[in-house]
Amino acid sequence: MTTTAPLQVERISEVTASDASLRGFLHGLPGVDQVGAEARVATMSSRSIKTTAKQWAIDLAISMIDLTTLEGQDTPGKVRALCAKAMRPDPSDPSVPRVAAICVYSDLVAVAAHELRGSGVKVASVATAFPSGRASMAVKLQDTRDAVAAGADEIDMVIDRGAFLSGRYLEVYDEILAVKEACGHAHLKVILETGELGTYDNVRRASWLAMLAGGDFIKTSTGKVSPAATLPVTMIMLEAVRDFRDSTGRQIGVKPAGGIRSSKDAIKHLVVVNETAGDDWLDPDWFRLGASSLLNDLLMQRTKIATGRYSGPDYFTLD
Amino acid sequence: MSDRLSVRKTYKLYVGGKFPRSESGRSYEVTDAKGGFLANAALASRKDARDAVQAARKALPEWSAATAYNRGQVLYRVAELLEGRRGQFVAEVAAGEGLTTRKAEAAVDAATDRWVWYAGWADKIMQVQGSANPVAGPYFDFSIPEPTGVVAVLAPQGSSLLGLVSVVAPVIVAGNTCVVLASERAPLPAVTLSEVLATSDLPGGVVNLLTGRVAEVAPWLASHMDVNAIDLVGAGSDQAIDLEVAAADNLKRVLRPTDEDWASEPGLHRMLAFLETKTVWHPIGV
Repeated sequence: MTTTAPLQVERISEVTASDASLRGFLHGLPGVDQVGAEARVATMSSRSIKTTAKQWAIDLAISMIDLTTLEGQDTPGKVRALCAKAMRPDPSDPSVPRVAAICVYSDLVAVAAHELRGSGVKVASVATAFPSGRASMAVKLQDTRDAVAAGADEIDMVIDRGAFLSGRYLEVYDEILAVKEACGHAHLKVILETGELGTYDNVRRASWLAMLAGGDFIKTSTGKVSPAATLPVTMIMLEAVRDFRDSTGRQIGVKPAGGIRSSKDAIKHLVVVNETAGDDWLDPDWFRLGASSLLNDLLMQRTKIATGRYSGPDYFTLD
Repeated sequence: MSDRLSVRKTYKLYVGGKFPRSESGRSYEVTDAKGGFLANAALASRKDARDAVQAARKALPEWSAATAYNRGQVLYRVAELLEGRRGQFVAEVAAGEGLTTRKAEAAVDAATDRWVWYAGWADKIMQVQGSANPVAGPYFDFSIPEPTGVVAVLAPQGSSLLGLVSVVAPVIVAGNTCVVLASERAPLPAVTLSEVLATSDLPGGVVNLLTGRVAEVAPWLASHMDVNAIDLVGAGSDQAIDLEVAAADNLKRVLRPTDEDWASEPGLHRMLAFLETKTVWHPIGV
């Protein structure tokens, strides 16, 4: 089921030429059937994933985690501890895969980059006046450049929801474009903050907008607004990246973030990825889970499978 | 009017202050002592046990930090509600255990009295069990009893209300939270007790009540690494040994099954079994 007419590469510049053409394109995207979308994820989340499939899914989920700490109380010490955990999630079991990345505020990027050097774990930094995105363009760009200069491999930017909701799509587009340029070699994840967008139609429009502007990943939320990542929203974004690749040939990643706390939630997301976008996306390069407490739950499930008894939070690090 | 259809009940579990169905979707028939149908009860699975432990763990910080006075008041309030449901409890105990109404009334009254008795201990157990210790140094040295944590309770099989109250009250009065597996054959008084607890001031998750098979659920509770203690009184002597072995993995405190006369004076041992003594050496003059 393709939800859009093919978009030729040469048409992209046409679409993004003016506010009017961009609006025409985004509002021309087919509407999301809300009831249908929710029913579909409800069916997919009732899938039973057991034994070896579950083991595989748990390890895949661990390798997809962007282990995140975005608190005012973050310290270099806490970031160092988190980096240690990212490289070796369960110190008693070397067979646990490392996580995909560490996600921190830009001022702590240098600490994380130093700790993770050579480990294969990426450093992601939030930028552009995270989480509200309310600052001048110059500040946002400087924030991004600082993070990249400090060694960030990935930048998680927030879009200006105020501009998006009032229909100034070109402004949002230009902003993403400018940040993408400031990123240089770093990957750009565009946070849509779906909890503030109001409708699924807006989620679809924002996804396309971010992809057109050159984002490498689209990400649901900052984690500071509730609801954060929900399954229907993730599914709609996965449909968007699937259709975008069909039209343009360019593959974009998806990152749900916030509110994914249990292994069950994580596995439900993986099922939705497989059923919506396909197994090309079942890879840490193309799908990430922004989470912190999720990792411990995955480790507990892993221990349960290995030992045959339920484990407890006492046996894993607090973070 | 005898042509009214009776409402047949299918009871649910009590976990985290809510009444969920068993995750497995199963239930089993509860019969009276003569084999007649009474109701359906949920047949808990190991995942229900896991969820219950999680709920108990979540409730622990608040309940163990509540003042002893507050815990006592909450438990007194539960006793008031127990008394209010006297008629229902009597009918369920009589049917489930095959007692005469008079004997069932005596058991229910004893259960309410037992709850009140334990409620009274909430703000006294520390004085009785704690101490200031004389030491040969410039220290103020004292020992205080503290709750063990999450306690799994296999409730007595025979005494479905008095026995149940006699094992649950001592666990929670001291500040522990618990996961209780009700009597397999006569779970209805336990289900009604959960309805009493849900409408009292007891925070959700302090008592979590499962109905189901001991042989199926108990091993998961015994081996669960996040359960700190287990009361095996409701396990058969053949099961108890295996459960105790499983409990050794995380050094759970184990209360072994004994033949108890639930009607007699309970003593302190059930409360003390789930208290740990912490001794503090506090320097003087620094």
